[in-house]
Amino acid sequence: MTDSVAQASAVAKTAPDTMAWDSGLRRLMMIYLPLACFVIILLFPFYWMAITSFKPNAELMNFKEHNPFWISSPTLAHVKHLLFDTAYPRWLWTTMLVAIGSTTLSLLASTLAAYAIERLRFRGSPYVGLGIYLAYLVPPSILFIPLATVVVQFGLFDSPMALILVYPTFLVPFCTWLLIGYFKSIPYELEECALVDGATRLQILRRITLPLAVPGLISAGIFSFTLSWNEFIYALAFIQSGANKTVPVAILTELVTGDVYQWGALMAGSLLGSLPVAIFYSLFVDYYVSSLTGAVKE
Amino acid sequence: MSVTTLSSLALAQRQPSWLVRLFDYKPFLIVMCLAPAIGLLAVFLTYPLGLGIWLAFTDTTIGRSGVFVGFENFQYLLTDPLWWNAVFYSVVYTAIATFGKFALGFWLALLLNNHFPFKSLLRAIVLLPWIVPTVLSALAFWWIYDPQFSIISYLLVDVLHWRETNIDFLGSPWPARFSLIAANIWRGIPFVAISLLAGLQTISPSLYEAAMLDGASAWQRFRYITFPMMMPILAIVMTFSIIFTFTDFQLVYAITRGGPGNSTHLLATLAFQRGIAGGELGEGAAIAVSMIPFLVFATVFSYFGLARRKWQQGESND
Repeated sequence: MTDSVAQASAVAKTAPDTMAWDSGLRRLMMIYLPLACFVIILLFPFYWMAITSFKPNAELMNFKEHNPFWISSPTLAHVKHLLFDTAYPRWLWTTMLVAIGSTTLSLLASTLAAYAIERLRFRGSPYVGLGIYLAYLVPPSILFIPLATVVVQFGLFDSPMALILVYPTFLVPFCTWLLIGYFKSIPYELEECALVDGATRLQILRRITLPLAVPGLISAGIFSFTLSWNEFIYALAFIQSGANKTVPVAILTELVTGDVYQWGALMAGSLLGSLPVAIFYSLFVDYYVSSLTGAVKE
Repeated sequence: MSVTTLSSLALAQRQPSWLVRLFDYKPFLIVMCLAPAIGLLAVFLTYPLGLGIWLAFTDTTIGRSGVFVGFENFQYLLTDPLWWNAVFYSVVYTAIATFGKFALGFWLALLLNNHFPFKSLLRAIVLLPWIVPTVLSALAFWWIYDPQFSIISYLLVDVLHWRETNIDFLGSPWPARFSLIAANIWRGIPFVAISLLAGLQTISPSLYEAAMLDGASAWQRFRYITFPMMMPILAIVMTFSIIFTFTDFQLVYAITRGGPGNSTHLLATLAFQRGIAGGELGEGAAIAVSMIPFLVFATVFSYFGLARRKWQQGESND
């Protein structure tokens, strides 16, 4: 039955039958082939990054004698150079510190804000929510120049503390919006029960709402961590001294020297700088996808 | 009966101190809960936004607070070919990159919406370019676009023999512009695809069944069911995408720094070059502020343009 339909559709290509989607060849051409192309193109830069990191310089610069897609004699020289001859461990440490600090701060602020907006319900609470949401639409490219003067005024220039305080400007709107959605999914009746039993509002938040919102908190937390790990323009504008730089900025400004680029070291630095978020991502994939799509509301 | 005894017991056990009562007083609690978020946003977002607009009307430089100069900065920008160049490239960059991201991203979302093995693994892999720090993947692109050792050139020249010479990706204006756009599309596809996939999964299969019974072709089902049903989420994702593509900074700064010959400056990189690297805070702020009208226009255009269609076709049909 299906065979005859498939044959018919192969002949009469002008009027594709719905059943034809199930025929093997057509499925291969229409789904698997394009998907394979997408995956290869999306992953190729990472493959290239990884393979460059472990290639000796002689192979990097000679495509005639060595197949560029593979390594004949892998080396750890670039990684070693990075870890022992540069301040790379220091940059990693700073980045980690900034990411954890700003994530904690934003989670705290946005949990309280989301709880107030969604659960304490006051006149104008939707407008406060909208205002916080609109803050997400203000791009950092517009803010970095005046923010640089603000940071200088506060005496925080060239200090990682500046980044910890500034990153919440894009983390808080996102987290608040995510957590509002999450709190909405928690039945209000649970809180009413607790209120009837004489619990205070803060007890309700701590004992009932927060434990139920743990998946939302994890989503917001890992997302904030990733966003602050990846942030570039503020870190570039507010940090001057080499030791205090974050990984993305430091690789671009400290490792790119002179006219001959150390591609091996550059790619090793990029790979090592991407690994923490990639590992984090692989552990929490579902949270990323759900927070990205806002599907937390189910 | 048992409920009342329980609650009275609980009340008797706990002597509410004035502090506990204060924190249970709703208006006070609301203020306390909103204070950290609103405070942070006010100090580091709203104030700098206002300050930036003020700076744009002054001649402030690093180390010297300026005086009000009216529209002088903007008048200067209007006569500055580099600013016009940046406006031109920002618009071209946003238009082509957004089109590419949405065409390819929508296609990828439709592909991922099928049933096949390892689907969730594939979905996870696809999102990777979006998770990894942009600057670091941009560096990989810089290496891929290397004039001598580009892997793309190698493929085209030595493997496929389609070309005689290496491609000079970043050496001349137009190739450099398109190379950056390609990198931006590469980075933007996952976000668009995964967001649109979430939208696709909310479309009820019964609509497609009904259409199939009526004899609709695959294209007709896409055109008259998928596309209209996706309008609301397309409008939101596109608004976001346009805003963050137009104000993009990292890719251009990492790969070309505005070169060759200032041909690939976006407004954001030009603002950085003048404002922070060059020290002319007032002028840099003016360039940054000059992005705002474009952003407002793009937002209104994409959001209301797409949302209106939804409204014309009626939205309450589910």
